[in-house]
Amino acid sequence: MDFINGLITFLNFVAVPATAYGAQLALGALGVTMVYGILRFSNFAHGDTMAFGTMATILTTWGLQSLGVSLGPLPTALLALPVGIVAAIALVLATDRVVYRFYRRQRVVPVMLVIVSMGVMFVYNGLTRFAIGPDDRNFDDGTRFLISAGEFRRWTGLDEGLAIRSSQAITLATAIVVVAALFWFLNRTRTGKSMRAFSDNEDLALLSGISPERVVAITWIIVAALATVAGTLYGLDKSFQPFTYFQLLLPIFAAAIVGGLGSPLGAIAGGFVIAYSEVMITYAWKKVLGYWLPERFEPDNLVQLLSTDYKFAVSFAILVIVLLFRPTGLFRGKSV
Amino acid sequence: MIVVDDVHKHFGGFHAVDGATLSIEKGSITGLIGPNGAGKSTLFNVIAGVLPPTSGRVIMDGEDITGLPPHTLFAKGLLRTFQIAHEFSSMTVRENLMMVPPGQRGETLWNTWFQRSRIREDEARLAAVADEVLEFLTIDHLADERAGNLSGGQKKLLELGRTMMVDAKIVFLDEVGAGVNRTLLNTIGDAIVRLNRERGYTFVVIEHDMDFIGRLCDPVICMAEGKVLAEGTLDAIKANEEVIEAYLGTGLKNKESA
Ligand SMILES: Nc1ncnc2c1ncn2[C@@H]1O[C@H](COP(=O)(O)OP(=O)(O)OP(=O)(O)O)[C@@H](O)[C@H]1O
Ligand SMILES: [Mg+2]
Repeated sequence: MDFINGLITFLNFVAVPATAYGAQLALGALGVTMVYGILRFSNFAHGDTMAFGTMATILTTWGLQSLGVSLGPLPTALLALPVGIVAAIALVLATDRVVYRFYRRQRVVPVMLVIVSMGVMFVYNGLTRFAIGPDDRNFDDGTRFLISAGEFRRWTGLDEGLAIRSSQAITLATAIVVVAALFWFLNRTRTGKSMRAFSDNEDLALLSGISPERVVAITWIIVAALATVAGTLYGLDKSFQPFTYFQLLLPIFAAAIVGGLGSPLGAIAGGFVIAYSEVMITYAWKKVLGYWLPERFEPDNLVQLLSTDYKFAVSFAILVIVLLFRPTGLFRGKSV
Repeated sequence: MIVVDDVHKHFGGFHAVDGATLSIEKGSITGLIGPNGAGKSTLFNVIAGVLPPTSGRVIMDGEDITGLPPHTLFAKGLLRTFQIAHEFSSMTVRENLMMVPPGQRGETLWNTWFQRSRIREDEARLAAVADEVLEFLTIDHLADERAGNLSGGQKKLLELGRTMMVDAKIVFLDEVGAGVNRTLLNTIGDAIVRLNRERGYTFVVIEHDMDFIGRLCDPVICMAEGKVLAEGTLDAIKANEEVIEAYLGTGLKNKESA
Protein backbone atom coordinates (compact mmCIF):
# COMPACT_ATOMS: atom_id res chain seq x y z
CA MET A 1 0.00 0.00 0.00
CA ASP A 2 2.77 2.36 0.97
CA PHE A 3 4.44 1.74 -2.35
CA ILE A 4 1.25 2.61 -4.24
CA ASN A 5 0.66 5.69 -2.16
CA GLY A 6 4.21 6.79 -2.88
CA LEU A 7 3.71 6.14 -6.56
CA ILE A 8 0.51 8.17 -6.63
CA THR A 9 2.26 11.02 -4.85
CA PHE A 10 5.06 10.83 -7.39
CA LEU A 11 2.62 10.85 -10.30
CA ASN A 12 0.63 13.69 -8.80
CA PHE A 13 3.48 16.02 -8.00
CA VAL A 14 6.13 15.00 -10.52
CA ALA A 15 5.01 12.95 -13.52
CA VAL A 16 1.77 14.71 -14.39
CA PRO A 17 3.01 18.31 -14.12
CA ALA A 18 6.34 17.46 -15.75
CA THR A 19 4.62 15.73 -18.65
CA ALA A 20 2.39 18.71 -19.32
CA TYR A 21 5.29 21.13 -18.96
CA GLY A 22 7.45 18.87 -21.15
CA ALA A 23 4.85 18.91 -23.90
CA GLN A 24 4.76 22.71 -23.77
CA LEU A 25 8.55 22.94 -23.92
CA ALA A 26 8.64 20.40 -26.73
CA LEU A 27 6.26 22.47 -28.85
CA GLY A 28 8.29 25.59 -28.13
CA ALA A 29 11.57 23.84 -28.89
CA LEU A 30 10.18 22.51 -32.17
CA GLY A 31 9.74 26.10 -33.33
CA VAL A 32 13.27 27.05 -32.29
CA THR A 33 14.76 23.97 -33.91
CA MET A 34 12.94 24.52 -37.19
CA VAL A 35 14.14 28.11 -37.47
CA TYR A 36 17.63 26.89 -36.70
CA GLY A 37 17.50 24.02 -39.20
CA ILE A 38 16.10 25.99 -42.10
CA LEU A 39 16.91 29.65 -41.52
CA ARG A 40 20.11 28.80 -39.66
CA PHE A 41 19.96 31.07 -36.66
CA SER A 42 18.90 30.87 -33.03
CA ASN A 43 15.68 32.84 -32.84
CA PHE A 44 15.65 34.80 -29.61
CA ALA A 45 12.28 36.27 -30.52
CA HIS A 46 10.62 32.87 -30.19
CA GLY A 47 9.50 33.33 -26.59
CA ASP A 48 7.89 36.61 -27.49
CA THR A 49 6.33 35.11 -30.60
CA MET A 50 4.66 32.69 -28.19
CA ALA A 51 3.60 35.60 -25.99
CA PHE A 52 2.20 37.52 -28.95
CA GLY A 53 0.19 34.57 -30.28
CA THR A 54 -1.12 33.84 -26.80
CA MET A 55 -2.03 37.48 -26.29
CA ALA A 56 -4.03 37.47 -29.54
CA THR A 57 -5.72 34.26 -28.41
CA ILE A 58 -6.62 35.79 -25.04
CA LEU A 59 -8.04 38.96 -26.57
CA THR A 60 -10.15 36.82 -28.89
CA THR A 61 -11.22 34.67 -25.94
CA TRP A 62 -12.43 37.77 -24.10
CA GLY A 63 -14.28 38.86 -27.23
CA LEU A 64 -15.99 35.48 -27.49
CA GLN A 65 -16.83 35.48 -23.80
CA SER A 66 -18.43 38.91 -24.06
CA LEU A 67 -20.58 37.50 -26.87
CA GLY A 68 -21.57 34.66 -24.60
CA VAL A 69 -19.81 32.01 -26.68
CA SER A 70 -18.40 29.08 -24.71
CA LEU A 71 -17.16 25.57 -25.33
CA GLY A 72 -18.81 24.19 -22.21
CA PRO A 73 -16.30 22.21 -20.18
CA LEU A 74 -13.43 23.12 -22.52
CA PRO A 75 -11.69 26.50 -22.30
CA THR A 76 -12.98 29.10 -24.76
CA ALA A 77 -9.35 29.75 -25.66
CA LEU A 78 -9.34 26.60 -27.81
CA LEU A 79 -11.96 28.25 -30.01
CA ALA A 80 -9.91 31.44 -30.11
CA LEU A 81 -6.66 29.62 -30.88
CA PRO A 82 -6.98 29.72 -34.71
CA VAL A 83 -7.33 33.51 -34.55
CA GLY A 84 -4.23 33.75 -32.38
CA ILE A 85 -2.35 31.53 -34.83
CA VAL A 86 -3.34 33.66 -37.79
CA ALA A 87 -2.27 36.82 -35.94
CA ALA A 88 1.12 35.30 -35.09
CA ILE A 89 1.60 34.11 -38.68
CA ALA A 90 0.84 37.59 -39.98
CA LEU A 91 3.32 39.06 -37.53
CA VAL A 92 6.23 36.74 -38.33
CA LEU A 93 5.65 36.87 -42.10
CA ALA A 94 5.63 40.66 -41.93
CA THR A 95 8.79 40.57 -39.81
CA ASP A 96 10.47 38.28 -42.30
CA ARG A 97 9.49 40.56 -45.13
CA VAL A 98 10.78 43.78 -43.60
CA VAL A 99 13.63 42.51 -41.43
CA TYR A 100 15.03 39.03 -41.94
CA ARG A 101 14.77 38.94 -45.72
CA PHE A 102 17.03 41.94 -46.02
CA TYR A 103 19.74 40.24 -44.00
CA ARG A 104 19.25 36.92 -45.77
CA ARG A 105 19.86 38.58 -49.11
CA GLN A 106 23.06 40.10 -47.73
CA ARG A 107 24.08 36.56 -46.77
CA VAL A 108 25.12 37.78 -43.34
CA VAL A 109 26.75 35.44 -40.85
CA PRO A 110 24.29 33.65 -38.53
CA VAL A 111 25.34 35.58 -35.44
CA MET A 112 24.08 38.76 -37.11
CA LEU A 113 20.65 37.18 -37.49
CA VAL A 114 20.73 36.15 -33.83
CA ILE A 115 21.31 39.76 -32.84
CA VAL A 116 18.63 40.94 -35.24
CA SER A 117 16.23 38.47 -33.63
CA MET A 118 16.97 40.04 -30.25
CA GLY A 119 15.85 43.37 -31.66
CA VAL A 120 12.73 41.70 -32.98
CA MET A 121 12.20 40.20 -29.54
CA PHE A 122 12.05 43.64 -27.92
CA VAL A 123 9.60 44.88 -30.54
CA TYR A 124 7.30 41.86 -30.09
CA ASN A 125 7.52 42.25 -26.34
CA GLY A 126 6.52 45.90 -26.63
CA LEU A 127 3.59 45.02 -28.90
CA THR A 128 2.31 42.38 -26.51
CA ARG A 129 2.57 44.59 -23.42
CA PHE A 130 0.99 47.44 -25.30
CA ALA A 131 -1.99 45.32 -26.30
CA ILE A 132 -2.65 43.44 -23.06
CA GLY A 133 -0.46 45.03 -20.37
CA PRO A 134 2.28 43.45 -18.29
CA ASP A 135 0.01 41.85 -15.69
CA ASP A 136 -0.69 38.24 -14.91
CA ARG A 137 -3.83 36.94 -16.67
CA ASN A 138 -5.76 33.82 -16.07
CA PHE A 139 -7.95 32.94 -19.02
CA ASP A 140 -8.83 29.30 -18.40
CA ASP A 141 -12.62 29.22 -18.09
CA GLY A 142 -13.11 25.48 -18.61
CA THR A 143 -13.69 22.80 -16.02
CA ARG A 144 -10.74 22.85 -13.70
CA PHE A 145 -10.18 19.16 -13.12
CA LEU A 146 -10.45 16.07 -15.24
CA ILE A 147 -9.89 14.06 -12.06
CA SER A 148 -9.65 15.82 -8.71
CA ALA A 149 -7.66 14.51 -5.78
CA GLY A 150 -10.78 14.06 -3.67
CA GLU A 151 -12.62 12.07 -6.32
CA PHE A 152 -9.56 9.91 -6.85
CA ARG A 153 -9.29 9.14 -3.16
CA ARG A 154 -12.96 8.25 -2.99
CA TRP A 155 -12.75 5.92 -5.99
CA THR A 156 -9.62 4.12 -4.94
CA GLY A 157 -9.74 4.34 -1.19
CA LEU A 158 -6.07 5.33 -1.13
CA ASP A 159 -4.64 7.92 1.25
CA GLU A 160 -3.07 9.92 -1.54
CA GLY A 161 -4.96 11.64 -4.34
CA LEU A 162 -4.07 12.03 -7.98
CA ALA A 163 -5.32 15.22 -9.57
CA ILE A 164 -5.24 15.75 -13.31
CA ARG A 165 -6.16 19.25 -14.35
CA SER A 166 -8.09 19.65 -17.59
CA SER A 167 -5.41 21.99 -18.89
CA GLN A 168 -2.83 19.24 -18.44
CA ALA A 169 -4.92 16.72 -20.34
CA ILE A 170 -5.66 19.26 -23.06
CA THR A 171 -1.96 20.09 -23.30
CA LEU A 172 -0.97 16.51 -23.83
CA ALA A 173 -3.76 15.72 -26.29
CA THR A 174 -3.11 18.85 -28.35
CA ALA A 175 0.64 18.28 -28.35
CA ILE A 176 0.20 14.72 -29.61
CA VAL A 177 -2.09 15.83 -32.43
CA VAL A 178 0.15 18.73 -33.42
CA VAL A 179 3.33 16.66 -33.39
CA ALA A 180 1.72 13.86 -35.40
CA ALA A 181 0.52 16.36 -38.00
CA LEU A 182 3.95 18.00 -38.15
CA PHE A 183 5.78 14.72 -38.67
CA TRP A 184 3.32 13.61 -41.29
CA PHE A 185 3.87 16.91 -43.04
CA LEU A 186 7.68 16.78 -42.87
CA ASN A 187 8.00 13.17 -43.94
CA ARG A 188 5.17 12.62 -46.35
CA THR A 189 4.54 15.80 -48.27
CA ARG A 190 6.59 17.39 -50.99
CA THR A 191 6.70 20.71 -49.13
CA GLY A 192 7.80 19.01 -45.95
CA LYS A 193 10.51 17.13 -47.82
CA SER A 194 11.66 20.39 -49.38
CA MET A 195 12.04 21.77 -45.88
CA ARG A 196 14.02 18.74 -44.75
CA ALA A 197 16.15 18.98 -47.89
CA PHE A 198 16.80 22.64 -47.17
CA SER A 199 17.80 21.86 -43.63
CA ASP A 200 19.98 18.92 -44.68
CA ASN A 201 21.96 20.55 -47.49
CA GLU A 202 21.13 24.08 -48.50
CA ASP A 203 23.64 24.24 -51.37
CA LEU A 204 22.06 21.24 -52.98
CA ALA A 205 18.49 22.29 -52.23
CA LEU A 206 19.10 25.51 -54.13
CA LEU A 207 20.03 23.40 -57.14
CA SER A 208 16.67 21.78 -57.49
CA GLY A 209 13.10 22.78 -57.99
CA ILE A 210 12.76 24.10 -54.48
CA SER A 211 11.85 27.74 -54.10
CA PRO A 212 13.83 29.00 -51.12
CA GLU A 213 11.49 31.90 -50.40
CA ARG A 214 8.55 29.54 -50.27
CA VAL A 215 10.36 27.17 -47.94
CA VAL A 216 11.20 30.12 -45.69
CA ALA A 217 7.61 31.39 -45.68
CA ILE A 218 6.17 27.97 -44.89
CA THR A 219 8.71 27.51 -42.13
CA TRP A 220 7.60 30.79 -40.52
CA ILE A 221 3.94 29.81 -40.84
CA ILE A 222 4.56 26.51 -39.06
CA VAL A 223 6.79 28.13 -36.44
CA ALA A 224 4.19 30.79 -35.65
CA ALA A 225 1.48 28.16 -35.33
CA LEU A 226 3.64 26.00 -33.04
CA ALA A 227 4.57 29.03 -30.94
CA THR A 228 0.96 30.09 -30.45
CA VAL A 229 -0.16 26.59 -29.55
CA ALA A 230 2.73 26.17 -27.11
CA GLY A 231 2.14 29.59 -25.57
CA THR A 232 -1.59 29.13 -25.20
CA LEU A 233 -1.22 25.69 -23.63
CA TYR A 234 1.34 27.04 -21.20
CA GLY A 235 -0.92 29.98 -20.38
CA LEU A 236 -3.91 27.71 -19.78
CA ASP A 237 -1.85 25.44 -17.56
CA LYS A 238 -0.18 28.20 -15.53
CA SER A 239 -1.16 31.75 -16.39
CA PHE A 240 -0.22 34.38 -18.92
CA GLN A 241 2.32 37.08 -18.24
CA PRO A 242 4.51 38.50 -21.02
CA PHE A 243 7.67 38.39 -18.91
CA THR A 244 7.25 34.67 -18.14
CA TYR A 245 7.38 33.90 -21.83
CA PHE A 246 10.67 35.69 -22.17
CA GLN A 247 12.00 33.60 -19.30
CA LEU A 248 10.80 30.45 -21.03
CA LEU A 249 13.43 31.04 -23.71
CA LEU A 250 16.06 29.41 -21.53
CA PRO A 251 14.37 26.04 -20.97
CA ILE A 252 13.16 26.06 -24.59
CA PHE A 253 16.64 26.63 -26.00
CA ALA A 254 18.01 24.11 -23.56
CA ALA A 255 15.45 21.57 -24.81
CA ALA A 256 16.29 22.26 -28.46
CA ILE A 257 20.03 22.02 -27.83
CA VAL A 258 19.82 18.94 -25.60
CA GLY A 259 17.85 17.19 -28.34
CA GLY A 260 20.17 18.44 -31.08
CA LEU A 261 19.46 21.73 -32.85
CA GLY A 262 17.72 21.16 -36.15
CA SER A 263 16.29 17.80 -35.13
CA PRO A 264 12.49 17.79 -34.57
CA LEU A 265 12.58 14.46 -32.72
CA GLY A 266 15.36 15.85 -30.57
CA ALA A 267 13.31 18.92 -29.67
CA ILE A 268 10.55 16.71 -28.32
CA ALA A 269 12.90 14.48 -26.35
CA GLY A 270 14.75 17.56 -25.10
CA GLY A 271 11.51 19.16 -23.93
CA PHE A 272 10.74 16.21 -21.69
CA VAL A 273 14.31 15.85 -20.46
CA ILE A 274 14.36 19.48 -19.34
CA ALA A 275 10.87 19.42 -17.85
CA TYR A 276 11.46 16.23 -15.86
CA SER A 277 14.86 17.41 -14.65
CA GLU A 278 13.48 20.75 -13.57
CA VAL A 279 10.54 19.28 -11.70
CA MET A 280 12.47 16.41 -10.13
CA ILE A 281 15.35 18.56 -8.95
CA THR A 282 13.11 21.20 -7.41
CA TYR A 283 10.61 18.75 -5.89
CA ALA A 284 10.71 18.01 -2.16
CA TRP A 285 10.92 14.20 -2.07
CA LYS A 286 10.25 13.80 1.63
CA LYS A 287 6.74 12.47 1.27
CA VAL A 288 7.44 10.06 -1.59
CA LEU A 289 10.56 8.71 0.11
CA GLY A 290 8.62 8.44 3.35
CA TYR A 291 6.35 5.95 1.62
CA TRP A 292 9.05 4.14 -0.27
CA LEU A 293 11.89 3.79 2.20
CA PRO A 294 11.86 1.56 5.27
CA GLU A 295 11.01 3.49 8.41
CA ARG A 296 14.54 3.88 9.75
CA PHE A 297 15.74 5.52 6.51
CA GLU A 298 12.90 8.01 6.48
CA PRO A 299 14.33 11.42 5.70
CA ASP A 300 13.85 14.15 8.25
CA ASN A 301 14.47 17.08 5.90
CA LEU A 302 12.62 18.01 2.71
CA VAL A 303 15.03 16.21 0.33
CA GLN A 304 14.75 19.05 -2.12
CA LEU A 305 17.89 19.47 -4.22
CA LEU A 306 17.15 23.03 -5.26
CA SER A 307 14.52 25.53 -4.25
CA THR A 308 11.96 26.21 -6.99
CA ASP A 309 13.30 29.75 -7.17
CA TYR A 310 16.30 28.25 -8.92
CA LYS A 311 14.43 26.15 -11.44
CA PHE A 312 15.99 27.98 -14.38
CA ALA A 313 19.41 27.05 -13.09
CA VAL A 314 18.54 23.45 -13.94
CA SER A 315 18.07 24.22 -17.63
CA PHE A 316 21.22 26.24 -17.55
CA ALA A 317 23.27 23.48 -15.96
CA ILE A 318 21.98 20.86 -18.40
CA LEU A 319 22.70 23.21 -21.27
CA VAL A 320 26.29 23.67 -20.16
CA ILE A 321 26.81 19.95 -19.65
CA VAL A 322 25.45 19.09 -23.08
CA LEU A 323 27.48 21.78 -24.80
CA LEU A 324 30.61 20.51 -23.10
CA PHE A 325 30.18 16.81 -23.66
CA ARG A 326 27.92 16.35 -26.64
CA PRO A 327 27.42 19.62 -28.53
CA THR A 328 25.37 17.93 -31.24
CA GLY A 329 22.77 16.85 -28.69
CA LEU A 330 21.01 13.54 -28.18
CA PHE A 331 19.80 13.23 -31.76
CA ARG A 332 22.89 14.52 -33.52
CA GLY A 333 21.62 17.86 -34.75
CA LYS A 334 23.91 20.45 -36.20
CA SER A 335 26.58 21.39 -33.70
CA VAL A 336 26.32 24.89 -32.28
CA MET B 1 25.89 29.57 -75.02
CA ILE B 2 28.00 30.68 -72.05
CA VAL B 3 30.58 33.43 -72.17
CA VAL B 4 32.90 34.02 -69.25
CA ASP B 5 34.37 37.48 -69.55
CA ASP B 6 37.48 38.35 -67.56
CA VAL B 7 36.26 36.76 -64.33
CA HIS B 8 38.31 37.24 -61.17
CA LYS B 9 37.66 35.55 -57.87
CA HIS B 10 39.88 36.50 -54.97
CA PHE B 11 39.93 34.91 -51.54
CA GLY B 12 41.63 37.56 -49.44
CA GLY B 13 44.82 38.22 -51.30
CA PHE B 14 44.72 34.88 -53.12
CA HIS B 15 43.62 34.98 -56.78
CA ALA B 16 41.89 31.64 -57.28
CA VAL B 17 40.45 32.75 -60.62
CA ASP B 18 42.57 35.44 -62.17
CA GLY B 19 41.04 36.88 -65.30
CA ALA B 20 39.50 33.82 -66.94
CA THR B 21 37.92 34.42 -70.34
CA LEU B 22 36.34 31.61 -72.30
CA SER B 23 33.23 30.69 -74.22
CA ILE B 24 31.29 27.47 -74.42
CA GLU B 25 29.56 26.47 -77.65
CA LYS B 26 25.97 25.30 -77.62
CA GLY B 27 25.80 21.53 -78.08
CA SER B 28 29.44 20.93 -77.26
CA ILE B 29 31.02 18.71 -74.65
CA THR B 30 33.78 20.99 -73.44
CA GLY B 31 36.56 19.63 -71.26
CA LEU B 32 38.12 21.75 -68.53
CA ILE B 33 41.48 20.51 -67.34
CA GLY B 34 44.32 21.89 -65.29
CA PRO B 35 46.53 21.00 -62.34
CA ASN B 36 45.11 20.81 -58.81
CA GLY B 37 44.28 24.24 -57.50
CA ALA B 38 44.06 25.76 -60.99
CA GLY B 39 40.75 27.37 -60.09
CA LYS B 40 38.45 25.08 -62.09
CA SER B 41 35.96 24.37 -59.32
CA THR B 42 36.03 27.98 -58.21
CA LEU B 43 35.16 29.06 -61.75
CA PHE B 44 32.25 26.59 -61.73
CA ASN B 45 31.05 28.05 -58.46
CA VAL B 46 31.15 31.54 -59.92
CA ILE B 47 29.26 30.51 -63.04
CA ALA B 48 26.67 28.56 -61.04
CA GLY B 49 25.99 31.50 -58.73
CA VAL B 50 27.39 29.92 -55.57
CA LEU B 51 30.19 32.50 -55.29
CA PRO B 52 29.87 36.08 -56.47
CA PRO B 53 32.86 36.99 -58.66
CA THR B 54 35.22 39.72 -57.50
CA SER B 55 34.92 41.18 -60.98
CA GLY B 56 33.97 40.09 -64.49
CA ARG B 57 30.79 38.90 -66.12
CA VAL B 58 29.08 35.64 -67.03
CA ILE B 59 26.72 35.70 -70.01
CA MET B 60 24.25 32.96 -70.88
CA ASP B 61 22.49 33.14 -74.26
CA GLY B 62 23.18 36.87 -74.43
CA GLU B 63 21.82 37.54 -70.95
CA ASP B 64 24.01 38.73 -68.10
CA ILE B 65 23.64 36.10 -65.36
CA THR B 66 26.50 37.28 -63.13
CA GLY B 67 25.67 36.84 -59.46
CA LEU B 68 22.20 35.37 -59.99
CA PRO B 69 21.37 32.91 -57.19
CA PRO B 70 21.74 29.17 -57.93
CA HIS B 71 18.04 28.39 -57.93
CA THR B 72 17.34 31.11 -60.51
CA LEU B 73 20.06 29.65 -62.73
CA PHE B 74 18.64 26.20 -62.18
CA ALA B 75 15.29 27.46 -63.43
CA LYS B 76 17.07 28.72 -66.55
CA GLY B 77 18.40 25.22 -67.23
CA LEU B 78 21.91 25.61 -65.80
CA LEU B 79 22.78 22.59 -63.67
CA ARG B 80 25.94 21.55 -61.91
CA THR B 81 27.33 18.69 -59.89
CA PHE B 82 29.69 19.04 -56.95
CA GLN B 83 33.28 17.82 -56.82
CA ILE B 84 32.57 16.62 -53.29
CA ALA B 85 29.25 14.86 -53.74
CA HIS B 86 26.27 16.41 -52.00
CA GLU B 87 23.16 14.49 -51.09
CA PHE B 88 20.11 14.74 -48.85
CA SER B 89 21.49 12.17 -46.48
CA SER B 90 18.33 11.28 -44.57
CA MET B 91 16.29 10.67 -47.71
CA THR B 92 16.34 7.64 -49.96
CA VAL B 93 18.14 7.70 -53.28
CA ARG B 94 14.80 7.78 -55.10
CA GLU B 95 13.55 10.66 -52.96
CA ASN B 96 16.77 12.54 -53.67
CA LEU B 97 16.07 12.37 -57.38
CA MET B 98 12.41 13.22 -56.90
CA MET B 99 13.38 16.47 -55.18
CA VAL B 100 14.89 17.84 -58.37
CA PRO B 101 12.05 18.74 -60.74
CA PRO B 102 10.63 22.22 -60.10
CA GLY B 103 7.05 23.47 -60.00
CA GLN B 104 5.54 20.42 -58.40
CA ARG B 105 1.96 20.69 -57.29
CA GLY B 106 2.83 19.42 -53.83
CA GLU B 107 4.87 22.58 -53.23
CA THR B 108 1.98 24.64 -51.89
CA LEU B 109 0.36 24.18 -48.51
CA TRP B 110 -3.08 24.35 -50.09
CA ASN B 111 -2.46 21.51 -52.52
CA THR B 112 -0.86 19.41 -49.82
CA TRP B 113 -4.21 19.14 -48.11
CA PHE B 114 -6.70 19.53 -50.93
CA GLN B 115 -5.15 17.97 -54.03
CA ARG B 116 -3.98 14.72 -52.53
CA SER B 117 -4.90 12.44 -55.44
CA ARG B 118 -3.34 14.68 -58.09
CA ILE B 119 -0.17 14.91 -56.04
CA ARG B 120 -0.08 11.14 -55.71
CA GLU B 121 -0.30 10.82 -59.50
CA ASP B 122 2.55 13.31 -59.91
CA GLU B 123 4.65 11.44 -57.42
CA ALA B 124 4.05 8.09 -59.06
CA ARG B 125 5.14 9.55 -62.37
CA LEU B 126 8.25 11.13 -60.87
CA ALA B 127 9.14 7.92 -59.07
CA ALA B 128 8.96 6.10 -62.40
CA VAL B 129 11.30 8.64 -64.01
CA ALA B 130 13.68 8.36 -61.05
CA ASP B 131 13.70 4.57 -61.34
CA GLU B 132 14.55 4.82 -65.04
CA VAL B 133 17.46 7.12 -64.27
CA LEU B 134 18.71 4.76 -61.56
CA GLU B 135 18.51 1.81 -63.90
CA PHE B 136 20.43 3.74 -66.51
CA LEU B 137 23.16 4.42 -63.95
CA THR B 138 23.12 0.77 -62.84
CA ILE B 139 22.24 1.67 -59.24
CA ASP B 140 18.55 0.77 -59.35
CA HIS B 141 19.09 -1.73 -56.52
CA LEU B 142 19.90 1.25 -54.26
CA ALA B 143 16.64 3.11 -54.87
CA ASP B 144 15.38 2.68 -51.31
CA GLU B 145 18.74 3.07 -49.61
CA ARG B 146 19.38 6.20 -47.53
CA ALA B 147 21.57 8.41 -49.68
CA GLY B 148 23.89 9.07 -46.74
CA ASN B 149 24.87 5.39 -46.78
CA LEU B 150 26.10 5.36 -50.38
CA SER B 151 29.78 4.93 -51.23
CA GLY B 152 31.71 7.86 -52.69
CA GLY B 153 31.42 6.56 -56.24
CA GLN B 154 27.70 5.85 -55.86
CA LYS B 155 27.15 9.39 -54.62
CA LYS B 156 28.86 10.66 -57.75
CA LEU B 157 26.42 8.65 -59.85
CA LEU B 158 23.56 10.14 -57.87
CA GLU B 159 24.96 13.60 -58.69
CA LEU B 160 24.85 12.76 -62.38
CA GLY B 161 21.40 11.22 -62.01
CA ARG B 162 20.10 14.50 -60.63
CA THR B 163 20.93 16.27 -63.88
CA MET B 164 18.89 13.68 -65.76
CA MET B 165 15.69 14.40 -63.85
CA VAL B 166 14.91 17.62 -65.70
CA ASP B 167 15.49 19.05 -69.15
CA ALA B 168 18.68 20.99 -68.70
CA LYS B 169 20.34 23.27 -71.21
CA ILE B 170 23.84 23.20 -69.86
CA VAL B 171 25.37 20.91 -67.27
CA PHE B 172 28.63 21.51 -65.40
CA LEU B 173 30.16 18.26 -64.18
CA ASP B 174 32.89 18.64 -61.57
CA GLU B 175 34.87 15.39 -61.58
CA VAL B 176 31.88 13.06 -61.82
CA GLY B 177 34.28 10.26 -62.59
CA ALA B 178 36.46 10.61 -59.49
CA GLY B 179 36.30 7.46 -57.41
CA VAL B 180 34.16 5.63 -59.94
CA ASN B 181 35.48 2.35 -61.36
CA ARG B 182 36.55 2.02 -64.98
CA THR B 183 33.47 0.16 -66.24
CA LEU B 184 31.16 2.63 -64.59
CA LEU B 185 33.25 5.50 -65.90
CA ASN B 186 32.56 4.22 -69.41
CA THR B 187 28.87 4.05 -68.57
CA ILE B 188 29.00 7.66 -67.41
CA GLY B 189 30.81 8.64 -70.61
CA ASP B 190 28.12 6.93 -72.67
CA ALA B 191 25.42 8.67 -70.64
CA ILE B 192 26.99 12.05 -71.29
CA VAL B 193 27.23 11.43 -75.02
CA ARG B 194 23.66 10.18 -75.17
CA LEU B 195 22.25 13.13 -73.21
CA ASN B 196 24.23 15.41 -75.49
CA ARG B 197 22.91 13.83 -78.69
CA GLU B 198 19.38 12.92 -77.70
CA ARG B 199 18.43 15.72 -75.36
CA GLY B 200 20.76 18.39 -76.65
CA TYR B 201 22.48 19.03 -73.31
CA THR B 202 25.62 21.12 -73.49
CA PHE B 203 28.30 19.80 -71.11
CA VAL B 204 31.31 21.28 -69.42
CA VAL B 205 33.35 18.52 -67.86
CA ILE B 206 36.15 18.91 -65.30
CA GLU B 207 38.17 15.71 -65.19
CA HIS B 208 41.72 14.65 -64.43
CA ASP B 209 41.45 11.41 -66.42
CA MET B 210 42.86 12.29 -69.84
CA ASP B 211 41.48 9.17 -71.56
CA PHE B 212 38.02 10.18 -70.45
CA ILE B 213 38.54 13.77 -71.64
CA GLY B 214 40.05 12.59 -74.92
CA ARG B 215 37.16 10.26 -75.63
CA LEU B 216 34.39 12.78 -74.93
CA CYS B 217 35.52 16.33 -75.17
CA ASP B 218 36.06 18.73 -77.99
CA PRO B 219 37.22 21.40 -77.40
CA VAL B 220 39.34 21.15 -74.28
CA ILE B 221 40.24 24.21 -72.18
CA CYS B 222 43.28 24.16 -69.94
CA MET B 223 43.51 26.37 -66.86
CA ALA B 224 46.41 27.04 -64.53
CA GLU B 225 46.80 29.49 -61.69
CA GLY B 226 43.39 30.98 -62.33
CA LYS B 227 44.00 31.76 -66.00
CA VAL B 228 43.03 30.06 -69.25
CA LEU B 229 46.23 28.79 -70.85
CA ALA B 230 45.01 27.18 -74.02
CA GLU B 231 41.98 25.91 -75.86
CA GLY B 232 41.69 23.33 -78.66
CA THR B 233 41.62 19.61 -79.24
CA LEU B 234 43.24 17.51 -76.52
CA ASP B 235 46.17 16.68 -78.79
CA ALA B 236 46.80 20.31 -79.57
CA ILE B 237 46.61 21.14 -75.85
CA LYS B 238 49.09 18.43 -74.97
CA ALA B 239 51.54 19.83 -77.48
CA ASN B 240 51.23 23.35 -76.05
CA GLU B 241 54.43 24.50 -74.38
CA GLU B 242 52.73 26.50 -71.65
CA VAL B 243 50.49 23.60 -70.76
CA ILE B 244 53.41 21.20 -70.45
CA GLU B 245 55.10 23.80 -68.28
CA ALA B 246 52.05 24.09 -66.02
CA TYR B 247 51.77 20.35 -65.61
CA LEU B 248 55.50 19.83 -65.00
CA GLY B 249 55.88 18.05 -61.73
CA THR B 250 52.31 16.83 -61.75
CA GLY B 251 53.02 14.98 -65.00
CA LEU B 252 50.42 15.15 -67.73
CA LYS B 253 52.33 12.45 -69.60
CA ASN B 254 52.45 10.13 -66.60
CA LYS B 255 48.77 10.45 -66.00
CA GLU B 256 48.02 9.62 -69.57
CA SER B 257 50.05 6.44 -69.59
CA ALA B 258 48.81 5.37 -66.15
N1 LIG C 1 36.52 29.31 -50.17
C1 LIG C 1 37.85 29.41 -50.38
N2 LIG C 1 38.62 30.17 -49.58
C2 LIG C 1 39.96 30.30 -49.79
N3 LIG C 1 40.62 29.69 -50.80
C3 LIG C 1 39.90 28.91 -51.64
C4 LIG C 1 38.48 28.73 -51.49
N4 LIG C 1 38.05 27.92 -52.48
C5 LIG C 1 39.14 27.59 -53.18
N5 LIG C 1 40.25 28.19 -52.70
C6 LIG C 1 41.60 28.10 -53.27
O1 LIG C 1 41.53 28.41 -54.63
C7 LIG C 1 42.41 27.58 -55.37
C8 LIG C 1 41.67 26.96 -56.52
O2 LIG C 1 40.80 25.98 -56.01
P1 LIG C 1 39.85 25.12 -56.93
O3 LIG C 1 39.05 24.24 -56.04
O4 LIG C 1 39.09 26.01 -57.83
O5 LIG C 1 40.90 24.27 -57.76
P2 LIG C 1 40.62 23.13 -58.83
O6 LIG C 1 41.19 23.59 -60.10
O7 LIG C 1 39.20 22.73 -58.83
O8 LIG C 1 41.52 21.97 -58.23
P3 LIG C 1 41.21 20.38 -58.16
O9 LIG C 1 41.61 19.81 -59.46
O10 LIG C 1 42.14 19.92 -57.07
O11 LIG C 1 39.80 20.18 -57.82
C9 LIG C 1 42.99 26.58 -54.40
O12 LIG C 1 44.31 26.98 -54.09
C10 LIG C 1 42.12 26.67 -53.19
O13 LIG C 1 42.85 26.46 -52.01
MG1 LIG D 1 38.12 21.13 -58.29
